[in-house]
Amino acid sequence: MNQTIRRPWQLALVTALFAALMLFASPLRAQDAGPLVQRFATESFNDIVGAVNGLATSGSPRAAPVIEALRDGRLVYRQADRTVFIRRTDGSFVSAATGEPASDVGTTRPVRLNNNVRRAIDAAVGALSLLHPDPARRTSAAEAVFKSRDGSALAALETAIGQERDARIKTLMEEARAAILVANPQAAEADRIAAIGIIQRRGDQDALAMLGSLPADTPPRVREAAESASVAIRRTLAVWEAGQNVWYGISLGSVLLLAAIGLAITFGVMGVINMAHGEMVMIGAYTTFVVQQTIRSVAPGLMDASLFIALPMAFLVAGAIGVAIERLIIRHLYGRALETLLATWGVSLVLQQAVRSWFGPTNREVTTPSWMSGSFEVGHLAITANRLAIIIFAAMVFAALLLFLKRTPFGLQTRAVTQNRRMAGAMGIRTNWVDAFTFGLGSGIAGLAGVALSQIDNVSPNLGQGYIIDSFMVVVFGGVGNLWGTLVGAMTLGIANKFLEPYAGAVLGKILLLVFIILFIQKRPRGLFALKGRAVE
Amino acid sequence: MMLTRFLFEKIDRAGWVFLVLLGIAAVLVPVLNLAVPPGSMFHVSNTAVGLWGKYMTYALLALAVDLVWGYCGILSLGHGAFFALGGYAMGMYLMRQIGPRGVYSHPVLPDFMVFLNWTELPVTWWGFSSFPYALLMVALVPGLLAFVFGWFAFRSRVTGVYLSIITQALTYALMLAFFRNDMGFGGNNGLTDFKDILGFNIQSQVTRAVLFSLSVIALMTGYLVARAIVTSKAGKILIAIRDAEARTRFLGYRVENFKLFVWTVSAVMAGIAGALYVPQVGIINPSEFSPANSIETIVWVAVGGRGTLVGAALGAGLVNFAKSWFTGAFPQGWLFALGGLFIFVTLFLPKGILGTFTDWWKRRGERREPPASSPARQPAE
Repeated sequence: MNQTIRRPWQLALVTALFAALMLFASPLRAQDAGPLVQRFATESFNDIVGAVNGLATSGSPRAAPVIEALRDGRLVYRQADRTVFIRRTDGSFVSAATGEPASDVGTTRPVRLNNNVRRAIDAAVGALSLLHPDPARRTSAAEAVFKSRDGSALAALETAIGQERDARIKTLMEEARAAILVANPQAAEADRIAAIGIIQRRGDQDALAMLGSLPADTPPRVREAAESASVAIRRTLAVWEAGQNVWYGISLGSVLLLAAIGLAITFGVMGVINMAHGEMVMIGAYTTFVVQQTIRSVAPGLMDASLFIALPMAFLVAGAIGVAIERLIIRHLYGRALETLLATWGVSLVLQQAVRSWFGPTNREVTTPSWMSGSFEVGHLAITANRLAIIIFAAMVFAALLLFLKRTPFGLQTRAVTQNRRMAGAMGIRTNWVDAFTFGLGSGIAGLAGVALSQIDNVSPNLGQGYIIDSFMVVVFGGVGNLWGTLVGAMTLGIANKFLEPYAGAVLGKILLLVFIILFIQKRPRGLFALKGRAVE
Repeated sequence: MMLTRFLFEKIDRAGWVFLVLLGIAAVLVPVLNLAVPPGSMFHVSNTAVGLWGKYMTYALLALAVDLVWGYCGILSLGHGAFFALGGYAMGMYLMRQIGPRGVYSHPVLPDFMVFLNWTELPVTWWGFSSFPYALLMVALVPGLLAFVFGWFAFRSRVTGVYLSIITQALTYALMLAFFRNDMGFGGNNGLTDFKDILGFNIQSQVTRAVLFSLSVIALMTGYLVARAIVTSKAGKILIAIRDAEARTRFLGYRVENFKLFVWTVSAVMAGIAGALYVPQVGIINPSEFSPANSIETIVWVAVGGRGTLVGAALGAGLVNFAKSWFTGAFPQGWLFALGGLFIFVTLFLPKGILGTFTDWWKRRGERREPPASSPARQPAE
């Protein structure tokens, strides 16, 4: 409990004072600070306390410097005419009422301090912040009062609530007032229960802590109300936490989707597991780095748009390398799927080492554009802008690919080759062109994924290696030949991963998932969405 | 006698050459190392003995991979896991042999457990102070894992690329697991600082020479066993499975049983290779589980010649020799060379060095005699 309110007479005094002040709160704003400041020219501690409270709630711009000077013992007054001055740190004086320099001050006495006054000052500083013109200051002040449950701030809080126009800050202030009331034995039981209701509406960890630490002499009814509120808050919090996990899971899932979708296409069409897929992602990330370097030296103003320039570049670079790999190597290994796996692994080693010799083995710095940094809250969900951007981007890539495969002639041919290569060839589709193009498309999408991943991961030659096994898991889990399978696979694995993490830890969670997939494959050897029919064997 | 006949009956010319060369190496290398003074041109240096011993264990691993890949069409990207498990079993025995000579002088617990403030030996470590038990585990742990894994995978008819991917997932999951300190296998650092094996100092040159010879003998035994399997009637069915699995099944063979058998044997061979590898290298850590290691094993087999057994061992030796040379001469170039090797071999040498050589040899013979009409090689599915 707060010392200030312990003595009834003092409480009465302060309350009366504030009641009076509240009536005049608004007019006082414009009022001259002179009379308020003059009240400091006294020997009586009680009067000084009164003066502090009066000035603090006045909204006067002089309140902060005067009270700070008082706290530091630099507030002085001239006994002769009861004028109050602030002695500055360099020894000169200014008028406390106006802040103008004062010369020829004469003999002065400092305004005295005792513990009561100091307490009043502390409360006043809090109250001043509550009335501060800057909304951010008011917000943090209200939060501070909520956490400290400082009873001395109650009066100032009431004033502030009366004046507050911002609904969000007002709610915060009401919550702070409720926090004080709940723990206040003098408050009426009904008020305290109502206050519990307000805190319950706030419903976060702080509210929970607040309700969990009521004073020992709390009446049973209040205690019961607090407990049922705690239970309700916990329930809501559990839902929010699950929501947060889902959000993280979707975020991870969209990264997996980006990394795996190109792999799924090439695997679906050609039956080829491209072990160099991860390196395509890595090349996309390095393309971003090169594009940003170029922009930095040529047109620094375009930095915020760098990713939009990097996207087509990455697609083209990775796609071109993909087509080259198909034409030079994979074409000759047609019908030897397992050996393709080895050859592409060789390609991946060469590409990794090439990038390592070219750019060096260390991480490369990729700048995050301003619109992708920062975060905001929705309810109790913390959402970072870069994750959100990647989710949206993954969704766009997915939708574009879906449209491409379903609505364009080339998509039609690709799907035909996926379902039955020989039949498609007999119908006049040039299957080897489809192969080359599909491989280029899959690699290009990996390049796009690289641009996105450069924003959340280290751009190093090993970037792709970190994603390749996860991408395989997504593809074998989701099944091939169906983009929806990849989507479901990526999201399931992403969300499952994030839900396992709190219980099992990141590494064990991943192990459990791998084991799950190994078992799952036994049940459905061709994944969730398997192609049916003779073509699969 | 039966067994000897069974093992030696079906060995071809390449096999005899291989066995004889290995037999000579098993005797000659230790002799040249220990008995010939270091100044002599016939002296084999200590480093060379260690290095070649390592190659021998790699060759045994390659043999194991060739048995499943070359003869049964199972491309395992996770054989490194069995190798590492065998290695860990041996490493655990060697750790227990350190006894109170560790840094913390604890009579029972290895150093890393004392460091983690553990007070008791975990169940997984019980019995590893006994050498026979450790040997049993060297074979049992990889064998059992392979049996359980194969039981599920082959029954569900997980084949081709899917099987390769989940074997890779298996070794990846094991790598992550062994990196954890809680697993009780030394975490990141693995097991090292071994002192002695069966009472012999593991650093001494005699012990190392004996380990070399044992590795050679293990490789020869592995070859004989593998050769006996692939030339038996069951071996014919394995090849049939490799070339046309569905057709073999329709002919009434229980494909999954044959696969499971050869898969488990192969895993045990890999485990034994790992157990011989660890005392010679002096350390085992979770990076042995890394998927890249397993894939590298595949390229040894591909280079030497898939489905030739001798070629697999040869490939392991050649590639690793090249690796040692490259990492000394052009450290930057090794990954280029290895990657290029993967591409070159799959594109231009699908049968590997030995397979290509054998073909050439046969064709030379055929040119002298009129060619016999050979049946179509391409299996119909």
